[in-house]
Amino acid sequence: MKKKIILIGNGMTGFRFCEKFVESGMSADHELLVFGEENTPAYDRVHLTSFYTGTTADELLLAPANWYADNQITLKSGDRIAAINRNEKKVISEHGHSYSYDILVLATGSSAFVPPIQGVDKKGIFVYRTFDDILAIKKYIPKATKAAVIGGGLLGLEAAKAVMDDGLKTSIIEFAPRLMPRQLDELGASMLRHKLESFDLEVLLNKSTEKILGNGKITGMQFTDGSVLETDLLVISAGIKPRDELARSCDLEVHPRGGIVVNSKMGTADESIFAIGECVVVHGMVWGLVAPCYEMAEVLIANLRNGQREFLGFDLSSKLKLIGTDVASFGHALSEPHHGRTIVYENKSRGVYKRLNVSLDGKYLLGGILVGDAEEYNLLKQIVNNKIKLPENPEDLILGSRGGGGAGISVSDLPDEAVICSCENISKKTILNAVEIDGAESVPLIKKCTKSGTGCGGCVPMLDDLLTFSMKSRGKEVRKVICEHFSYTRQELFDLIKVDEIKTYPELLKKYGTGYGCEVCKPVTASLLASIWNEVVAKHDTIQDTNDRFLANIQQRGLYSVVPRMPAGEITPEKLIVIGEVARKYDLYTKITGGQRIDMFGARVDLLPDIWEELIDAGFESGHAYGKALRTVKSCVGSTWCRFGMDDSVSFAVEIEERYKGIRAPHKIKGGVSGCVRECAEARSKDFGVIATEKGWNLFVCGNGGANPRHADLLASDLDKETVIKYIDRFIMFYIKTAEPLTRTAKWLGSMEGGLGHLRDVVVNDSLGIGEKLEADLQKLVETYQCEWKEVVNNPELRKKYRHFVNSEETDSNIKFVALRDQKMPAK
Amino acid sequence: METKEWVKTASVDKFPANAGACVLVNGEQIAVFNFAEENRWYATQNQCPHKGEMAISRGLTGDSNGTPKVACPFHKKSFSLEDGTCLTDEDYELKTYPVKIEDGFVYIEIE
Ligand code: SRM
Ligand SMILES: Cc1cc2nc3c(=O)[nH]c(=O)nc-3n(C[C@H](O)[C@H](O)[C@H](O)COP(=O)(O)OP(=O)(O)OC[C@H]3O[C@@H](n4cnc5c(N)ncnc54)[C@H](O)[C@@H]3O)c2cc1C
Ligand code: SF4
Ligand code: FES
Repeated sequence: MKKKIILIGNGMTGFRFCEKFVESGMSADHELLVFGEENTPAYDRVHLTSFYTGTTADELLLAPANWYADNQITLKSGDRIAAINRNEKKVISEHGHSYSYDILVLATGSSAFVPPIQGVDKKGIFVYRTFDDILAIKKYIPKATKAAVIGGGLLGLEAAKAVMDDGLKTSIIEFAPRLMPRQLDELGASMLRHKLESFDLEVLLNKSTEKILGNGKITGMQFTDGSVLETDLLVISAGIKPRDELARSCDLEVHPRGGIVVNSKMGTADESIFAIGECVVVHGMVWGLVAPCYEMAEVLIANLRNGQREFLGFDLSSKLKLIGTDVASFGHALSEPHHGRTIVYENKSRGVYKRLNVSLDGKYLLGGILVGDAEEYNLLKQIVNNKIKLPENPEDLILGSRGGGGAGISVSDLPDEAVICSCENISKKTILNAVEIDGAESVPLIKKCTKSGTGCGGCVPMLDDLLTFSMKSRGKEVRKVICEHFSYTRQELFDLIKVDEIKTYPELLKKYGTGYGCEVCKPVTASLLASIWNEVVAKHDTIQDTNDRFLANIQQRGLYSVVPRMPAGEITPEKLIVIGEVARKYDLYTKITGGQRIDMFGARVDLLPDIWEELIDAGFESGHAYGKALRTVKSCVGSTWCRFGMDDSVSFAVEIEERYKGIRAPHKIKGGVSGCVRECAEARSKDFGVIATEKGWNLFVCGNGGANPRHADLLASDLDKETVIKYIDRFIMFYIKTAEPLTRTAKWLGSMEGGLGHLRDVVVNDSLGIGEKLEADLQKLVETYQCEWKEVVNNPELRKKYRHFVNSEETDSNIKFVALRDQKMPAK
Repeated sequence: METKEWVKTASVDKFPANAGACVLVNGEQIAVFNFAEENRWYATQNQCPHKGEMAISRGLTGDSNGTPKVACPFHKKSFSLEDGTCLTDEDYELKTYPVKIEDGFVYIEIE
């Protein structure tokens, strides 16, 4: 007969246990019955905040509900175990059913620790641990105007940022004199604090809450120092409390500070009962990160199969997610002075603080802290974990590659056993084998082949480094080929299309590709054809991404938006009236965009040509809001009106926008022109930005807003207009020719060998001797510009493509609207 | 009881080559794809199971290791056109329908 295993808890650890159970083939002689108190099967709690910000619950499940049954595991979700009867070897569920076991595994995790503060049971007070917690907070948010978070540790900061991003003014309350007291030292914490304050998060230190104010629901908090903070929503994130209540009630040993006590083989004193994950105390402590919990699950599976594995402790290095600035600590981050020497680098203006703790003999790295820039985190962590000997000047490790030399330690110095991906416990050797033996010569393939990088994703940059290292050491080139259909890089395809004068996708596929293509190579080719031949994109509609296929951005319910060009944000009253009339006639929602123009949302696909016909008749053109093309050139009002203006920024912005409109590129391009250093056009957050000076114009390049903001770098100063245009011509064309697909200029510069210096050499000093050629190629694009919407509106064949059904005049009945502040929005 | 019938939709020239289009069949939205080189046709539900958008017909077509597929334009989940399985995310599936071409018209078999 099969042995019966009962697992209590279907959280991250419980799931890992199930996964390893299946992999090990134990199901041949064991039955596994799993109880989970939560209503959903195990999910990725580490990324709970992405559930807060909109990822669906389904997307966060570690495996779909049917996975368990498919693997002969019985899962009972929403079913809490209320008691354990050790004598009869039974567990009793909340619903009163009892189930017998041969082996019992507790993976009950922890709950949020709620300090015993007076009034803590009032409405509006939440913890941050489960889907249900998040749903409850979300539901309460509209009722709140001001939020507070108790706890300035890893989780508290994550929660605070999430609530703040939801639109609430937020304060973080920390009992200790600094943020993240367990990970950061004084200086690091204060750097982090300044950074958070610059995002408008209030940080209150040395605060201990005496009571919660409010009648039934929270209205404020009173601290022991007498001060009061008004708030109507509170998230408590003051630490975790291992869920040892079941163990306690059946007299298993628990630690005085909480947690089920187990030995290093995960066993309790009862030889049929084991415990793993965040609910246990092993080696005297609770391990509150997912990687050690996973390790415990693996150790237990091995031991249940007669192995002799032990949990030996685990690296507790951690990196803070999502806060908008890098924060990491690794190894012995806070080691005392008599244990070693510290090297500290601080740059207040950039908000960067780095600390390395080096052994007294200077040979080894013990740990460290990174705030503001944690690029070296992965490597430094490896150096600690693998006891790699430090170079002569260990400070080089945090000062970066001065003169390109680096500190001389790279992935190649790591031993084969170095654990690169700690979520999945994958070593350097396994990854290199995947690359060298199984031919996984790209990061996605490595992920697929080894599962590394599929958990928290933190090791992905290192996978890339290992790949490059392995390829280089075997004399192979790392070529970022487009996809399975073309083993060429984008740059190679650019040259092939040009040299062979290829004009269509089928021609290119036939000559250089295989198969039928896909959603990656089709739009890349469309973009290349446009950048080289500049024919109307509607001619290649079926290889365009949706937005370019219908020349509009697809939105909720498959509606589209309409954005006419308004160069530099300038518009006449007459044209404003036309926009108003068109929007009224077609019942479109209107909004001023962040790009200084007007967007009309909610157009049905079949109405797009009619709408555009009216706009074009009134003198408008496509704004290419849907294309990987020039979007807008923002302007500030400049010297014509502004008392500080050095030059006429609007006129120059109009000129620049008119010049580059319609040009297709690897990604979208944005520009800005400001009339003086006050920079009201935010030109330095654009791909190219121009700022007037007393002596001319300064040109900045490779800025970015978006997910990874970057200020543009100064390329050249005090230029006249002609030179500005000449340099931008060269810059854009060089970008079009050499960037990877979907790479903004900031990222392109980031991976350019030689960096800004090289770019300046090419664009300003013409070091490659291609300056004139770049200008000529760009000039050709300018001369062949045509408004693609005009083309569609005037061509009955193209117009016909704009309909929802090809066999009916009916419209999509799925589209419905509801009212929104005197306008409308799509119904959910 | 289950009854199936072939429903005539539109003439072949109404459908783009190597791309998709949507037809309305007995009140249902069905996406039809034509792999023109080999004159192969496929049909699936037009609604994407991911977020319920009526959008599959506007997706880019192609193949993954030889399996013909379509990628939803919204979040690029891609689906096999042969059996509707999702190639990027096992949780989802598209319903597929038999298609035939007769006298220059596209017919779809539906329950
Ligand atoms: C309409 C607008 C928001 C608004 O109401 O203000 C907008 C709307 C969209 N933005 Fe944006 N962005 C808009 C200004 C911006 C800005 C501000 C700016 O340009 O000054 C930024 C930051 C600046 C920058 O790009 O560096 C911005 C950064 C993004 C990004 C992130 C890019 C990045 O490099 O990280 C995306 C995603 C992408 O392109 O991959 C994006 C993508 C989108 C898309 C196209 C998402 C999509 O693919 O459907 C949105 C289309 C909505 C629709 O239905 O039309 N939008 N977006 C703005 C249109 C400006 C315009 O007139 O064309
Ligand atoms: C917002 C947030 C962010 C985090 N970020 C990180 C991070 O970046 N890196 C990191 O390493 N870790 C992070 N963590 C911690 C990580 O999520 C935990 O270490 C991990 O989830 C522990 O797994 P577990 O299975 O032991 O516990 P849990 O995931 O808590 O699972 C235990 C499960 O058991 C259930 N259960 C308890 N008692 C019973 C019972 N009697 N009957 C039935 N079911 C029961 C519980 O309902 C729960 O579903 C984060 C945690 C949170 C909340
Ligand atoms: S408009 Fe831009 S920022 Fe707003 S939701 Fe869309 S992509 Fe995100
Ligand atoms: S709606 Fe289709 S992929 Fe999201």
